[in-house]
Parts: sequence; structure tokens; C-alpha cells
Amino acid sequence: MKALLIRDLRLGVRAGGGLGLGLAFFLIVVVLVPFAVGSNTDLLSRIAPGVLWIGALLACLLSLDRILALDFEDGTLDLLATAPLPLEAALSVKALAHWITTGLPLVLAAPVLGVLMNLPPQGFLWLVVSLFLGTPALSVIGTFGAALTVGIKRGGLLLSLLVLPLYVPTLIFGAEAARRGAIGADVGTPMLLMAAITAGAIALMPFASAAALRINLR
Amino acid sequence: MNLTITDLTIARGGMPVLAGLSFNLMPGQALILRGPNGSGKTTLLRTIAGLQPCVAGTIDAGEDQIAYAAHSDGLKAMLSVTENLRFWAEVFGQDNIEPALTAFDLTGLQDRLAGTLSAGQKRRLGLARLLVTGRPIWVLDEPTVSLDAASVALFANAVRTHLGQGGIALIATHIDLGISEATVLDVGPFAAKPNARFGTSDEAFL
Repeated sequence: MKALLIRDLRLGVRAGGGLGLGLAFFLIVVVLVPFAVGSNTDLLSRIAPGVLWIGALLACLLSLDRILALDFEDGTLDLLATAPLPLEAALSVKALAHWITTGLPLVLAAPVLGVLMNLPPQGFLWLVVSLFLGTPALSVIGTFGAALTVGIKRGGLLLSLLVLPLYVPTLIFGAEAARRGAIGADVGTPMLLMAAITAGAIALMPFASAAALRINLR
Repeated sequence: MNLTITDLTIARGGMPVLAGLSFNLMPGQALILRGPNGSGKTTLLRTIAGLQPCVAGTIDAGEDQIAYAAHSDGLKAMLSVTENLRFWAEVFGQDNIEPALTAFDLTGLQDRLAGTLSAGQKRRLGLARLLVTGRPIWVLDEPTVSLDAASVALFANAVRTHLGQGGIALIATHIDLGISEATVLDVGPFAAKPNARFGTSDEAFL
């Protein structure tokens, strides 16, 4: 498992890897929003948590098909499926690698971009916490979507359509927690619900992903 | 540890391609599969490797005994030869990749990125992967594609060594590998009747 994680991370940072892709997209979206909605700072700080969450979610979505498509094309998935490592474990590791190369950089970049969005000072902590707890769910659900569409040439559209509805609960509770944090209200309920979704997704999705992938490899 | 196939029927895309196939391989034995394109050699090998279910019959190879190598080598262009090979060695719980590098004459290429290798060199790296799996049953699909005569000889040597250590090899190929001890099986006579259907390719999703 460690070997697979190290390989995926190494591929992520080498040329043509996906490390910069999501982060650059997140940056562009959040930087462009103040230009588009104007410089009304009240308005900006009100929409800041939502915009940051949508930016992070779309950035995550952008890099999903890289999780499995490249390994499918060069035959690695066939060989991994015959390796001693269970497919469930291999897909969990690939989701983790995706989170480390995509989700984690987004979490770390969010406070910096929060400044651009005039996020109130008390909101920074909860924004980071909500993204930190929410983005792992985006990676494991995304891995499931990638496993479902892996055999399809240019299946990016289908992947987005399949995965976006599954992202909605995480987005609702994550953005709500971040919004409540920004106005100084109690964040407990949405944060706990989102954490529950993440925990459930991490526990169940690898099995669904492995089942879908086994069918697609036939 | 034998590889025993009994009365096997396999299908591709819902259409059965081979039926009633049986053979038994003991340690040290090799079987060469022959047959025209589309006769079901790849499907047979994928089924034996466990990548797809069979329609009828049994495959008995024991747990985690099979190393499979197909048309594509599973190499990452942005990783070096050593990194590629070491990854597969670690996945299969081995740590020594030197014998594999030597057996396929890759020692001089160790630090090259796999993406910069020629087709034949990539193939050699893909085959070297078999040696680092430590598995006794090799299931190989067209292993000699894009290899030159010298590399085919290297490969034949590796197979012979493997058989000498009590391994089993099942190889689909069109060329003569020069492995005299191998038996040859033509899959042609086992072709399934084209009108028989055993279900559609979508049944897994229904």
C-alpha cells in the first residue's frame, strides 16, 4: 500500500502530474469572483464561504478522471487487479493520494484566498476546518465516479454528472458550517453532519469503487 | 501447485468464444497457446488471471499464484526503470530487483525514464516485472511483441529458468520461442458455436 501511495504522489509532482491543476483552478475562480461581483466588501464577505467551497469542489472535480484513467490506459489497473493487494485497498490509497495532491493544497490555500474575499477574521478557522473535514469525502466519492466511468473514452462529462449530485450534501453542510463560522454563530450541527458524511463515504465508497472497477475491467 | 482447467467456457462481450477447454499443467511445464486473431486467446488468459468470470467450468490455480502480463506493460513514463520495477516488487512483497534487471539486460538503463525507452526496451521492462512478482504461474499474452531476436532469446532463457525452478508458464504467442520442452495447444478446435448466447455484456449492471 505504501508503495502505491508513494508512486502516486511521485507521479503527481512530476511533469504532467495533477498537483498544480486543481490548485490553479481554485486560485483563478476565487480571484475572478471579486472582479465579477464588484468590490462591495460586505457582499464579498457574505458570499466568501460559499464561493470558496464551490471553488474547492470544482477544482476537485476537475482532477477526478486522472485518478484511474491514466492507470487504465497503460494497463496498470489490470496488473493491480491481479496483485496481492485487494482492489478496495488500492482504491482507498488512490483516493488518499488524490486528496494529498488536490484536497490538501486547497485546504492550505483557502485562508490566503479568504483574504481576497474579505472573509471575517473569525471565519478563517472554521473555513479551514470545514474544508479539511469535507474534501476527503470529495476524493473518495470521486474515486467511485472514476471507477464507474473508467472504461469510457473521454468520460469526463458522464463522470461530472454522476459525481456532482453525490457532492451536494457535503457542499451544503460544508458551506453552511463555514458561513456560520464567518458570522460567529454555532457551527456544531452542520460540521458534525458533514463529518458524518465524510466518515461514511470513507468507510463504504472503496467497496463500491472496487465492485464497479471489477466490472469495468472485464 | 498445479494449474488445472476443466471444461472451461469463456465469453467476450456476451458471446462465447471458447468452450470445453481442459488442460493440466504441473510444476516445470509450459503450454504455448496458438490460434488465429480473435480466437479467444486473450480472453482465456484474462479469465485464468481472474480479471473476468468464466461462463462454465473451473479454473484451479490456488490463491495468489498467478502473475499476468498483457499487451500493455503498466509502466509510468515519468518514473525511471528502477522506480517502475521497484514499485511492482513492493506491491508483490519482494525487495530485490537486481536479478530481474540482469535477466532482461536493463542494468545500463536503470536511471532512464520509462517514457524515453524504445518499444522493445519497454517490453523488456514489462517482462522483468514477472521476475519481481515471485509468483509461480506466469500467464503471458503475446510477450514477444516488439522484441528483437536477442531479446526473445533473453525472454526464452527467463522462462526456462522459471520452469527449472518449478514454475509454470502459459503463453499465447505467434512466433517460435525456442522453448523445446513446451507443449503447444491450438485453441481453434475449441471454438464455441457463434449462435449460443450466455447473457449480455450489460448483465452486471442490471
